[in-house]
Amino acid sequence: MNALPVLLEAQGVAKHFGGVKALRDVSLTIRKGEIYGLIGPNGAGKTTFFNCMTGLYVPDGGGFLFDGLPLKADAPHQAAERGIARTFQNIRLFGNMSALENVMVGRHVRTHAGVFGAVLRDRRTRDEEAAIARRAEELLHYVGIEDRADDLAKNLSYGDQRRLEIARALATEPKLLCLDEPAAGMNGTETEELRVLIEGIRKDGTTILLIEHDVKLVMGLCDRVAVLDYGALIIEDVPAVVQHDPRVIEAYIGVAA
Amino acid sequence: MSKWLNLRSGLGLALVAAVLIALPFVAGMGGQAWVRILNFAILYAFLALGLNIVVGFAGLLDLGYIAFYAVGAYTWALLASPHFGIHLPFWAILPIGAVLACVAGATLGAPTLKLRGDYLAIVTLGFGEIVRIFMNNLNAPINITNGAQGITMIDPVVVGQFKFSATSTIFGMTVTGPQKYYFLLVLLALFVILVNFRLQHSRIGRAWQAIREDEIAAKAIGINTRNVKLLAFAMGASFGGIAGGIFAAMQGFVSPESFSLIESIMILAMVVLGGMGHIPGVILGAVLLTVLPEALRYAVVPAQKALFGEVLADPESLRMLIFGLALILVMRFRPAGLWPSPERRRELAEKAR
Repeated sequence: MNALPVLLEAQGVAKHFGGVKALRDVSLTIRKGEIYGLIGPNGAGKTTFFNCMTGLYVPDGGGFLFDGLPLKADAPHQAAERGIARTFQNIRLFGNMSALENVMVGRHVRTHAGVFGAVLRDRRTRDEEAAIARRAEELLHYVGIEDRADDLAKNLSYGDQRRLEIARALATEPKLLCLDEPAAGMNGTETEELRVLIEGIRKDGTTILLIEHDVKLVMGLCDRVAVLDYGALIIEDVPAVVQHDPRVIEAYIGVAA
Repeated sequence: MSKWLNLRSGLGLALVAAVLIALPFVAGMGGQAWVRILNFAILYAFLALGLNIVVGFAGLLDLGYIAFYAVGAYTWALLASPHFGIHLPFWAILPIGAVLACVAGATLGAPTLKLRGDYLAIVTLGFGEIVRIFMNNLNAPINITNGAQGITMIDPVVVGQFKFSATSTIFGMTVTGPQKYYFLLVLLALFVILVNFRLQHSRIGRAWQAIREDEIAAKAIGINTRNVKLLAFAMGASFGGIAGGIFAAMQGFVSPESFSLIESIMILAMVVLGGMGHIPGVILGAVLLTVLPEALRYAVVPAQKALFGEVLADPESLRMLIFGLALILVMRFRPAGLWPSPERRRELAEKAR
């Protein structure tokens, strides 16, 4: 596993909100082709870490190296351009656009047509537009909701919305796909289907960073796992080791009196 | 089936074209004033569709849109009048006006992009007033805009030897100045309708809609929200600039008075009342809000005489009262606008539940 090249390196990332230290010197490395789990109790700083990495927050200390080059802070659209895509813990779709349109918007960063192209509708723009629609349909099929293509995103079932958000993220052709609690609120069958989908995405060449509460899913799916507690990284290792680490058990269950 | 549909839509188009061509001559029978009202209806439809890009597509509330109209109008006034003694042709001034308005739009957009909703509305409102006050006061120390007196004797649109301001005979038919402007305005309006339709279903149009729906998600999937919003401002503004130029040429006179806050609000009302983001709705809103107050102007006095035998209320204030009441009723019973897009209607129906 260690032979794989590094895709993302977090170097001493720190973030505080007023007096609350949400992240303290978090350093970790994600390798190409991995499914990397990030777990920790509620409020441990997992989503804050995501937001720093994807440029929605500016870290107060440290930074990220992605594919060998530093990631610019405070520039979410550039993070997406470099190849980082994400989903949100509380699903954020474009509710009044159709499922297909949601995925088509995801192609924005990989396409070029501007105002003049749109108004003149020249050959190149028409071809690009057709390619966008085709790719979006493929992606809907890939996540298994192609028959909901014309429905408004907000009318999709919860599980389908999660899938749509993944399809939209994949439309940006990410090198690293970050999933923020994708299994939250899902039942056993849905979680199992999600596991198959995530494994398929990895097999097709995308590295995955997974924040998850479902410990069984994380342990069964991830190659390596990092545990955050009170904003600090307490361990980064393979699931078998993490599972039995006393600090992890303490963080989750507390110390025996 | 499709052949039948094609035939039907072809017939529909022919009918619309026939009505559009006949309209100024029918209106002309009631006097040229009605043709002028018609012209203003189209000019406002043009403006409303420009604003629709900013408000309807990108979801940015702009209360100072009239400023760009003012920029376009003054550009024409200064470059085609005896004020500076410059008389450029229309094909030079219209693009200059559009570009200047576009620059003004970007100038307004750049510092306000982090603002949303009500805050943005207040800043744009301020911007609109600043432009008007500039026009009002740029007569000293160097006289640029001639202050509150405005600029007079502005050149009309002239193409070759063809003057849009004068009456002439074409194919044995007498065509008046306003009627000629009518056809020019219809052409421009068709252009802005085409631009609106094509933008809506394009990569940029989708990006605007995405920003309107959820700005954070839009950023996270790689939309440069700053640039895309600036683009909306700049595009909307350049249409305002073109409309302003035509307005100056048509009237032959501009003064800061024409660009007050109420004008911005009226154009916004056209967009909202008609159906935000829905192109046919916006056109309907513009035509109604221009024609209705004028029609009431002619109806209020005779109606009072018929009912009470004398004129009890001042026609001007009564007219605005009825107009205001109509606005309230429409917004109360059709909150999505008179002719909303199907999606927007669903959206509001769900919120009401």
